[in-house]
Amino acid sequence: MMPALLKNRDVLLALIVATLVLLVGLRAPVFLTAESLVSVLTDTSFLFMLALAQMAVILTRGIDLSVAANLALSGVMVTLAARSMPWLPIPVVLLLAIVIGAFFGAINGALIAGIGIPPIVVTLGTLSIYRGIIFVVAGPTWLTSKDMSTAFLDFPKSTLLGVPSLIVIATTVAAAFAYLLSQTQTGRGIYAVGGNPVAARYCGIDLSKQQFLVYTMSGAVSGLCGFLWASRYGIAYTDLAYGYELTVIAACVIGGVSVAGGIGTVRGALLGALFLGVVVNALPVINVSPFWQMLISGAVILAAVVVNARAERRSGKLILPEARRAAAGGSAV
Amino acid sequence: MQTNRRNLLKIAAAGAIGSALPFGFAGNAFAANKRIAMVVKNLGNTYFDACAEGAKQAAAELGGIDIIYTASTKPTAEEQIAVLDALVAQKVDGLIISANDPSALIPVCKKAAERGIKVISFDSAVAQEGRIMHLNPSSTALIGAKQVQMIAKTLGGKGEVAILSAASTMTNQNSWIEAMKEEWKKPEYKDMPLVTTVYGDDQDDKSYREMQGLVKSFPNLKGVISPTTIGIRSGAKAIVDGGLAGKIFITGLGLPSEMKDYVLKGACDTFAIWNPIEYGYAATMVLGSILNGADAGPGKTVKMGKKGEAMVADNGEAAMGEPFVFDKSNVEKFAKIF
Repeated sequence: MMPALLKNRDVLLALIVATLVLLVGLRAPVFLTAESLVSVLTDTSFLFMLALAQMAVILTRGIDLSVAANLALSGVMVTLAARSMPWLPIPVVLLLAIVIGAFFGAINGALIAGIGIPPIVVTLGTLSIYRGIIFVVAGPTWLTSKDMSTAFLDFPKSTLLGVPSLIVIATTVAAAFAYLLSQTQTGRGIYAVGGNPVAARYCGIDLSKQQFLVYTMSGAVSGLCGFLWASRYGIAYTDLAYGYELTVIAACVIGGVSVAGGIGTVRGALLGALFLGVVVNALPVINVSPFWQMLISGAVILAAVVVNARAERRSGKLILPEARRAAAGGSAV
Repeated sequence: MQTNRRNLLKIAAAGAIGSALPFGFAGNAFAANKRIAMVVKNLGNTYFDACAEGAKQAAAELGGIDIIYTASTKPTAEEQIAVLDALVAQKVDGLIISANDPSALIPVCKKAAERGIKVISFDSAVAQEGRIMHLNPSSTALIGAKQVQMIAKTLGGKGEVAILSAASTMTNQNSWIEAMKEEWKKPEYKDMPLVTTVYGDDQDDKSYREMQGLVKSFPNLKGVISPTTIGIRSGAKAIVDGGLAGKIFITGLGLPSEMKDYVLKGACDTFAIWNPIEYGYAATMVLGSILNGADAGPGKTVKMGKKGEAMVADNGEAAMGEPFVFDKSNVEKFAKIF
């Protein structure tokens, strides 16, 4: 019999991540230094935030494929704004990025909640549209470090009480999501509409309101990450974070968020993101081919889905006492 | 009524043909301007925009040539074939292609050749059977050697050096790395060992991470060569962000506009690239002379206007010249151009 603790998938995932870190540390001890681990967390900050926003969307049985496109568009727009108004203080630039991202997220939300088009169709469309708009607003030129002020470029390097700003922001976002999802009526509503839309409707929870909210939040986080991405890598152009939406969704799935909606925790999504973050950061250190990285994340996604499917399978209600007894004896669940 | 209508149609049709004929002739008389299409890997790329700028300069110098500068939005072979198909249907006179895939473009290039369209490639070659010739910006050996010489000069020939490449499958990257290793065999580099080659896949985040990985894995690392514009700028950003400017130097192939900051901050001492304006100019000059009947087969010499002449090798490729080196003294001037 497995210890009960191991049955908790979050604990299991945390153990896997820890084992992975130690294994990499065995081959390259430098990976275990505090500085190196902080840089892994800093690098994974984007994934932490985007995975949490994506989780809220997936909880409502939706999906947001436009996150990376929104990130790129917001990144380019905010870089343009900062270039033409260099006197803008960085906190204002950051706020502006959130507003721009939220606006494009709200467009997704309006189309999905207002008109009732399936999320996968809407966000597949806006994925292309948002990347296309970049051409329209920025023209064919790339915005590079020469278009950015020193304050803009140095923001990701700045620290608050010794903690890198990216980690501070990611922690704030995580805390906000944790509070929203577990402590507020809105949060419970998001779980309810995904878990059982019919029952949620009977309880008076408005599906479209929840949908509009989660897509707008997802957009806001994408916008925030757009600014951070542009300032961290010193570049803003059409292909920014190209295809990154799939990594974000993978982080959610690995973290135990059910694509069928209604199931998922902040802790799980963070662990899922951390797992992918450790994999992509560890491989360069131990000189492993990039193809292994794809293979490893793919295998883990499938494994996670299998584990999830087992956890989610709800047995029908058993009425006969004999059947109940048989079920209780045969399965621990 | 019916017969009448049919007759009317006939008359209308005859009239249309009749009136079209003179227009047809007139059209030919007006079509003295030859049309050259420059089809690059993808749109929205500063480097190719500069190439197109050069193509326009060449067209102005040659006279009687219109340049169509186009590409797909994504750098894939499928999308590029669709763009080429459309241009073949429009019956342009010449094509200058930077290929997203050397072999996948062969059928569409052959189709173009059958219709009398002259096809050459630049930047990234179409396989030999698909084009008349390919113009390299420089020879592989020159590009490889130059980068090793640059880092050796910066480091005074001492210290560990790593290569930060794009994807492990890219032909041009791998042949440049081979050329670097060839140069590295010379005795003057014996105190400057090549420790590893890593791949950033031409993605900013991955290249940045690989650079951080290099710093962690090789504590004595002094220099990095990145023969890709994305790798060198992300690597340089990682050096600056890590507070390593002045301790670790990056060099390679970069764009002045993207590298200016990092040169001034001391993460990069020198870097090189061919001038894309001159490159687009030279390719257009070559195609212009082919359109005027020049032979650009193996063993022949092609004219590149003010860039001089180049000899076409047996594999149908020619080289424009040596890569141009940028440093503190000239990077700001060129950053305004490309």
